[in-house]
Amino acid sequence: MSSTVSGRVGGGVNKEPVAVVGIGQTKHVAARKDVSIAGLVREAARRALEDAQLTWADIDAVVIGKAPDFFEGVMMPELYLADALGAVGKPMLRVHTAGSVGGSTALVATNLVASRVHRTVLTLAFEKQSESNAMWGLSLPIPFTQPLLAGAGGFFAPHVRAYMRRTGAPDHVGSLVAYKDRRNALKNPYAHLHEHGITLEKVQSSPMLWDPVRYSETCPSSDGACAMILTDRAGAARSPQPPAWMHGGAMRSEPTMFAGKDFVSPKAGKDCAADVYRQAGIGDPRREIDAVEMYVPFSWYEPMWLENLGFAAEGEGWKLTESGVTELDGDLPVNMSGGVLSTNPIGASGMIRFAEAALQVRGQAGEHQVDGARKVLGHAYGGGSQFFSMWLVGAHPPTS
Amino acid sequence: MREVAIVAFAQSDHLRTTDELSEVDMVMPVLHQVLAQTGLRTSDIGFTCSGSSDYLAGRAFSFTMTLDGVGAWPPISESHVEMDGAWAMYEAWVKLLTGEVDTALVYSYGKSSPGSVRDVLTRQLDPYYVAPLWPDSVALAALQAQALIDAGETDETALAGIAARSRESASANCHAQVKGSVPQGDYEVQPLRKGDCPPVSDGAVAVILAAGDKARELCERPAWIRGMDHRIEAHSLGVRDLTDSPSSRLAAERAGAFERPVDTAELHAPFTSQEVVLRKALKLGDDVAVNPSGGALAANPVMAAGLLRIGEAAARIHRGESDRALAHATSGPCLQQNLVAVLEGDAR
Repeated sequence: MSSTVSGRVGGGVNKEPVAVVGIGQTKHVAARKDVSIAGLVREAARRALEDAQLTWADIDAVVIGKAPDFFEGVMMPELYLADALGAVGKPMLRVHTAGSVGGSTALVATNLVASRVHRTVLTLAFEKQSESNAMWGLSLPIPFTQPLLAGAGGFFAPHVRAYMRRTGAPDHVGSLVAYKDRRNALKNPYAHLHEHGITLEKVQSSPMLWDPVRYSETCPSSDGACAMILTDRAGAARSPQPPAWMHGGAMRSEPTMFAGKDFVSPKAGKDCAADVYRQAGIGDPRREIDAVEMYVPFSWYEPMWLENLGFAAEGEGWKLTESGVTELDGDLPVNMSGGVLSTNPIGASGMIRFAEAALQVRGQAGEHQVDGARKVLGHAYGGGSQFFSMWLVGAHPPTS
Repeated sequence: MREVAIVAFAQSDHLRTTDELSEVDMVMPVLHQVLAQTGLRTSDIGFTCSGSSDYLAGRAFSFTMTLDGVGAWPPISESHVEMDGAWAMYEAWVKLLTGEVDTALVYSYGKSSPGSVRDVLTRQLDPYYVAPLWPDSVALAALQAQALIDAGETDETALAGIAARSRESASANCHAQVKGSVPQGDYEVQPLRKGDCPPVSDGAVAVILAAGDKARELCERPAWIRGMDHRIEAHSLGVRDLTDSPSSRLAAERAGAFERPVDTAELHAPFTSQEVVLRKALKLGDDVAVNPSGGALAANPVMAAGLLRIGEAAARIHRGESDRALAHATSGPCLQQNLVAVLEGDAR
């Protein structure tokens, strides 16, 4: 655990165990022209309620997240969405922590149950990128600040190159990740990109966008929403489907830019993972965690985060990827759903990671299910590797 | 429920324009002040949460830069709501209730001056049916004020009285922007005159929360949070009774506000007419000191004005001027969403 969070107390307060009993997603696509923003979020919320076999009346509070308001051009859209999400007369919170927001939103909702302020909470994250233009939304001029001239890929590509130089990773590792994730997406009916004819050669011959990041190693822009129903021990006992139990969750932040920052493996990510493992009693993540839904918007971030999250020693992450360990049938599957590389409704992407982790331990991930998945990590990050948010869910309730 | 208190409160001076200050410049002194009050450093804080809006800053991810002002290294446990800071405090309070941390730093800020805040707030409205018509925040508040007058709940003279009382109270508040005797002025949108409307303000606010003995250690007279709740109503004005605020009443009830009388109420009522609605919904008698700080009519930094109300109420408890206070924050058009916190000092 991070020595910086010295405000933490060891015990004394007995938290309520938190379970995921409902999960709903929309089919993610480039443009959902058939629904409004309200229609989109309601679709995901209703699917989560159906999964939990609960009604709107069973929900005590709503926690909603999305990435910047400029992406749809609606300021504080939770106000307009209160009706669509059955929140009228209830508490409604709106979280925004950049790209990690989907994960952070789920954690804020988790705390409402863990603290026993509420018993059953609906949490939802969305992005309807087709309503506006994300590149424009990220490119508004800021006085005295260097603009992101080439979007997010332009910002992250130099850090990928730094990783390659530092570790000696061969050039083809990024393509292997993209090829794997796009194949996994074919098994996930909700994934945005379904590239049926995908081959490694097609990935490697796709145009270079931001050297070394190729077109096929880049996430799409998606419309989509993801919802979860979180509840307490009593709620979980009534659940018609197996619940997923929260064993640990944490957020960490550090500045986007400063002289001492390690862009290849930010300390905030390491500290966040360490806190989650401490809460969940994980001593050796590589052995004790069965699968990972990881926030990988550009393919090379899989080996980078494998190291950052403690699954591989420094400089060794690419070897796990190259040897097939992270394949769907590998020893540590990563992004069984197809990941952010196949589906990226930005504000929802983090929550999709968390929800897919929960689907795995519930044994309900369908064709992309990992046999015997008992403990799965959901991971999200945002800003310029500034914000981190993670949770570890298990098939069984936490013991402590 | 775990005992949690507000142990420190700091705010900037609230100004009509702060062209010379970035958001970080505006927030940093307030953060330093609130930490200095407790002797805590950023590295001692268990959880940090902020509230702000990209639409005021005119850019996406605006809060990512402001975080630099906190000194987020080594990495901190941190979150952000795209809401008034009062809701950031709610998130921090819940985090403290889980027992995971003992202290929390909460801050929020708003610079309204770079744009037209009346126009900006229209972007909060239903994007398909209402926002394209650009109904501004003063026009919507005027609809509510006229509904109140038509219902016989108030009149323009009474509204002028609220404006005068608020700005008179603000005379004792060194951070307030509009204070003393201020003319009611001409109609902005009938029946609301200039004096019935809040000033356009830039400002920042911060509080520190602590649990149990840690709170007693950090503050001579902590402002204990006895309850806190918030509720939202339908967005469309056509389906709401604008003369009432059922969400405020429900939030107050859930926060325990009606269990015993309060002596102070800090209400986030940017328009005089909204104080009328809130006094009724929150069952506040004439013996309650309402907005002794001057309230949002004296300074209204959007996204900070709600947390300011909570901070001002807590500060009165810290100073021994109140034993039990109600603090309120609002969001959305015509009081759509409302938060109530009940604060108490230890018995004397």
